[in-house]
Amino acid sequence: MLGMGPFPFEGEEDADLINAGKQTITELSTTSYFSSADSFGMIRGGHIDLAILGAMEVSERGDLANWMIPGKMVKGMGGAMDLVAGVKRVVVVMEHTAKGLPKLLHRCTLPLTGTAVVDLVITDLAVFSIDKHGKDGMTLIELADGVSLDEIKANTEANFKVAPDLKTKAA
Amino acid sequence: MNKIFPDARSALADLLKDGMTLMSGGFGLCGIPQILIEAIHDLKVKDLTVISNNAGVDGAGLGILLETRQIKKMISSYVGENKLFERQYLAGELELEFNPQGTLAERIRAGGAGIPAFFTKTGVGTLVAEGKELREFDGATYVMECGLVADVSIVHAYKGDTEGNLVYRKTARNFNPMMAAAGKVTVAQVEHLVEAGEIDPDAVHTPGIFVHRIVHTPNVAKPIEKRTTRQRIAA
Repeated sequence: MLGMGPFPFEGEEDADLINAGKQTITELSTTSYFSSADSFGMIRGGHIDLAILGAMEVSERGDLANWMIPGKMVKGMGGAMDLVAGVKRVVVVMEHTAKGLPKLLHRCTLPLTGTAVVDLVITDLAVFSIDKHGKDGMTLIELADGVSLDEIKANTEANFKVAPDLKTKAA
Repeated sequence: MNKIFPDARSALADLLKDGMTLMSGGFGLCGIPQILIEAIHDLKVKDLTVISNNAGVDGAGLGILLETRQIKKMISSYVGENKLFERQYLAGELELEFNPQGTLAERIRAGGAGIPAFFTKTGVGTLVAEGKELREFDGATYVMECGLVADVSIVHAYKGDTEGNLVYRKTARNFNPMMAAAGKVTVAQVEHLVEAGEIDPDAVHTPGIFVHRIVHTPNVAKPIEKRTTRQRIAA
């Protein structure tokens, strides 16, 4: 569907009306319904402007890994590969590290969801832009409240530039 | 030709064979042909290759065919809601082919439309593209994906008429229309069965030519996988 409304009031849930996370939702006056083939026609066909996803790893050239840990997690990619291949702008929102290890890497070690697909990474510590089509790589553009550049350097394996107009809150 | 069968078991009994390929509509538990799946469970056919976006949950949807080990191979995009699936797969008891969801939907659409293969950007540079033909179009790389057809497709519709014309309801449409078209034989369970002519021809989602057998399943239980609600704000 397009045009997703808020969660229903208790007692008004409709088993035939769910979102991609299988949660009960409602329709709006602007809603349209269609098949999954049409859904992904919109996505693959470049009609969607923005996708926001989670990630397990992101590389400095914008590769994304978020669907599989071999031998451990077997859930499937769902629509993630279609989204990163077809949507105009891809934003990743994730924790900066996992169990103390960096998730922003030179190269992803886990099976990829897409190559050179991520435009922006927002972590609990910082925001990075990625020039996925060009050669400028990854750039640190914003620091979270009270986070220092050294802290980012210590927790990031990927090479990154620091934006000249780096946004930071006065510590 | 009479397409109406009195129950799911009689609609499926002579179609099912060990080792066959089955498509099963639905997304999560939404729009799944639960009554037809239960009949397949009862008819004990085995070594099935099942094409379905998900694998049900423990105890519902295709999950009940996993419990009886009737499924040999799944072609799906996401099976994260089914613990038994993960266990059987990691133990090497179940074959699995993951497809990106849009690629899966399009492979089924292509299969039903007589298109043997197509090219897509989705999955290029990942495990999904390994061993598949790549081709450049306008400077971008695409991977070839093949159409899918099934020996039997089972689908769920909100309304059907005696000609097999189907109408789906809200997001329960999902994979059902493409699967209805991609089955050599397609069996539909419908919540409301009406006479030909009672559905506005302009409102038909799946034309009856794709539907060979219909079973009326009124008052079918439609479970909700994740019940999410909001609070009413007192006036």
